Amino acid sequence: MDRQAIPVLTESQKMEGRKFRPSLTSRRKQDQTAGRVLFAVTLLPIALVTLITIGLAARFWPILKVYSFWDLVSGTVWKPQDGLFGFWPFISGTFWVTIVGAGLAIPPCILTALYLSEYARQSTRAIMKPLLDLLAAIPSVVYGVWGVIAIVPLVEKNIAPFFEKYLGFVPIFVSKNPTGYSILSGGIVLAVMIAPFIIAVTYEVLMTVSEGLRQASLAVGATQWQTIRSIILKQTMPGIIAAVVLGATRALGETMAVLMVVGNVPQVPRSIFDTAYPLPALIANNYGEMMSIPLYDAALLGAAFILLVIILIFNIASTLVLQRMLGKRWV
Amino acid sequence: MDAHIQIKNLNAYYDDIQALKDVNIELPRKQITVIMGPSGCGKTTLLKTFNRFLELTDKTSITGEVLIDGQNIYERDIDVTEVRKRVGLLAQRPFPLPMSIYENVAYGMHIHRMKNNRNEYRKAVRHYLEVAGLYDEVKTRLTNPATSLSIGQQQRLCLARGLAVEPEIILGDEPTSALDPVSSQHIEGRLLGLKEQYTIVIVTHTLRQAKRLADYVIYMYMGEVVESGPAKEVFNNPKQERTRAYLEGQF
Amino acid sequence: MKKHWHRRHIIEAFVKAVMIFSFIIVAGSLGLILWTVISRGLPALTWSMVSQTPKGGFYLGKEGGILNAIIGSLYLAGGGTLIALLFSLPIALYLETYLGDSRRGQYVRLALDILWGIPSIVYGAFGFIVMLAFGLRASLLGGIIALALIELPIMTRAMDEVIRRMPADLEQAALALGSTRLEIATRVVTRQMLPGIVTAILLAFGRGIGDAAAVLFTAGYTDRIPASILQPAASLPLAVFFQLGMPYPEVQKRAYASALILTIIVLAISLGSRWIAGRLSKYVMK
Repeated sequence: MDRQAIPVLTESQKMEGRKFRPSLTSRRKQDQTAGRVLFAVTLLPIALVTLITIGLAARFWPILKVYSFWDLVSGTVWKPQDGLFGFWPFISGTFWVTIVGAGLAIPPCILTALYLSEYARQSTRAIMKPLLDLLAAIPSVVYGVWGVIAIVPLVEKNIAPFFEKYLGFVPIFVSKNPTGYSILSGGIVLAVMIAPFIIAVTYEVLMTVSEGLRQASLAVGATQWQTIRSIILKQTMPGIIAAVVLGATRALGETMAVLMVVGNVPQVPRSIFDTAYPLPALIANNYGEMMSIPLYDAALLGAAFILLVIILIFNIASTLVLQRMLGKRWV
Repeated sequence: MDAHIQIKNLNAYYDDIQALKDVNIELPRKQITVIMGPSGCGKTTLLKTFNRFLELTDKTSITGEVLIDGQNIYERDIDVTEVRKRVGLLAQRPFPLPMSIYENVAYGMHIHRMKNNRNEYRKAVRHYLEVAGLYDEVKTRLTNPATSLSIGQQQRLCLARGLAVEPEIILGDEPTSALDPVSSQHIEGRLLGLKEQYTIVIVTHTLRQAKRLADYVIYMYMGEVVESGPAKEVFNNPKQERTRAYLEGQF
Repeated sequence: MKKHWHRRHIIEAFVKAVMIFSFIIVAGSLGLILWTVISRGLPALTWSMVSQTPKGGFYLGKEGGILNAIIGSLYLAGGGTLIALLFSLPIALYLETYLGDSRRGQYVRLALDILWGIPSIVYGAFGFIVMLAFGLRASLLGGIIALALIELPIMTRAMDEVIRRMPADLEQAALALGSTRLEIATRVVTRQMLPGIVTAILLAFGRGIGDAAAVLFTAGYTDRIPASILQPAASLPLAVFFQLGMPYPEVQKRAYASALILTIIVLAISLGSRWIAGRLSKYVMK
């Protein structure tokens, strides 16, 4: 192979010995100024988290001077007119609805994510992604409408009588509520709402398992399920738990859809067919009157504070796990 | 020739690209067969048809037959996990399973419930670690995670893991390409020792490794088998012009 | 090698069947929701629903429509998205070009993820406090600020992911040409990332328009179309919510129709963003 001749530089074309121009400084300055401005903007998210927490805590403070935190949280009577602010019915209601919702969502979501990552063809996966995006895009109030139209009657006419008849002896299945507005209805609606989120994050976590690892297991003659059980789940368990917790956190704070189907009676629930009154519903339903009764505003904003703190705890823990595994968060 | 693997009219496709064209060859029992050729010529694809790994990739299809001891492994009622138990694989890079050294070797045996009690498993694990030439290096730390081993040790662990399910055939997909020279030599030595008992098929793109290992050679080019035969004949006296060109280093 | 039905093969078949069943349940529930909303909403959907504001006695089942809510929602979500964009684009660019994967960058990302997880009712309560502090009443402005806070982490994180997926070579090529980091941020990154950024904006807009809990506190509700940002504004989710709460079947049917309108808008945004992203990705290095 012959090479092309390299053209010889004339004396004037040579760069050698020429000094670097200092005139870049104006551009460098621009760069540095922009850097400072942008850095200030970047502090905004951190400042915002702090500000929201402190702001709500400050508005909670007046009522804490009258009642102890423990009395508020464990109190079971809610009569703002009489100055009784017991949060326990709302806190327990929040957890009842969330646990039922997450309990219904978790098994099918993990199985679906496993199906997508381990069994489904590329074409099925390609359809599922936009489908999950669509499910996630539907506003919560629409889920609420669906709950009122489809789920509440279903619980009232079919599910509750069925459980009453065959499982009535189990305390949490006792049905004393004549309507379908219940924890179970809220749980079903929540389960469908958080499903796309849990599936998407779990799927991302499962995709971090390298193909070589799967093949290493298949190569010794393991079935797909044996591979999933002893390799894939083992490897990804922290991430899957984080995905599930994150999904449950969504359920904790969900307001409108739940509010529309859980009945909103301030009582401590005993069965999944009882009505409940979760914290977000309490805040949304009563914000209008909160300035008219003494300490009512502190109580309601305190409810928001308690909700925020519960969510922050779960949220930070699971986000840290996921950031470690994925280096990012699902969009 | 006592053929262990026979391939008849084998064609393989990725989507609509043909990766293997009308392959008809036989691989001898208890010898090392080396598949060589320039990259992208279908070596690895051919290897993947022997343990039905090609079907793990979407949109692949094959026609023709791969017979092991006269039985077509692509017949409908064939148990694919049984095929993979009888045909072991040593991958390009070691993939230790996320468990201890001991559990890695025992994994396949557990899956197939091959032993009756803990003691038998322990003996078997020790045996296969010895066969893979790793036992002395790890005997004091069998419960350590497998990822704590060096990459060369990991590859020998993968060899032990593959041997533990008692295959008849061992496939190696460029099994030393990720290793340092010393570790490579270690693996090559093991393979040469194992051919007394196993039929071994290795894919490689280094000619020198092919010459060191091969009893039987398959030379592929552009998805076709150009030439196959005993190593001595092919290396010293290739019948095809394309084989000669490859051996002389023209690719 | 003939297949014997060992226990593990039976388990395998069973597990696979259960997984496919789960998959069908999940995919089916989307269909079920859409079917419910369409089948109930379509019969009640009339032209006057989308072209008129509520007339006297609207909430008793008389004449009128929800134009106030449609316009109000577009104002709210549009304003919120605009403000969120003003902050999230600089944050995302700074995160990538200045902070990268450094520890400080991770803190900012953690803060954004935490913000993302805070429910909208809490944003509403917080927005309410802020408005009290500034002596503001429930207004378009209040709603816009609350929605901007909700949309900020969604938009920033979505952009961050897009920017992070930018080929490293491209940035290095630009650096090699002697560009400063600001020049990279404004010229190279934005161009390469335009489709992703548009998608992020639309994603946030979709969240904003569907949000109910935060605007309940901050934007209020009115039957008129707001003429200034200090007047209250109606929104579609709240229109659905309030109408559904009325005891008259006529009004409840309108709630279904309103839910249908909201769903159509949100799905159109979701599908539209895919389409736009596809159109814009001409110059994008894959």
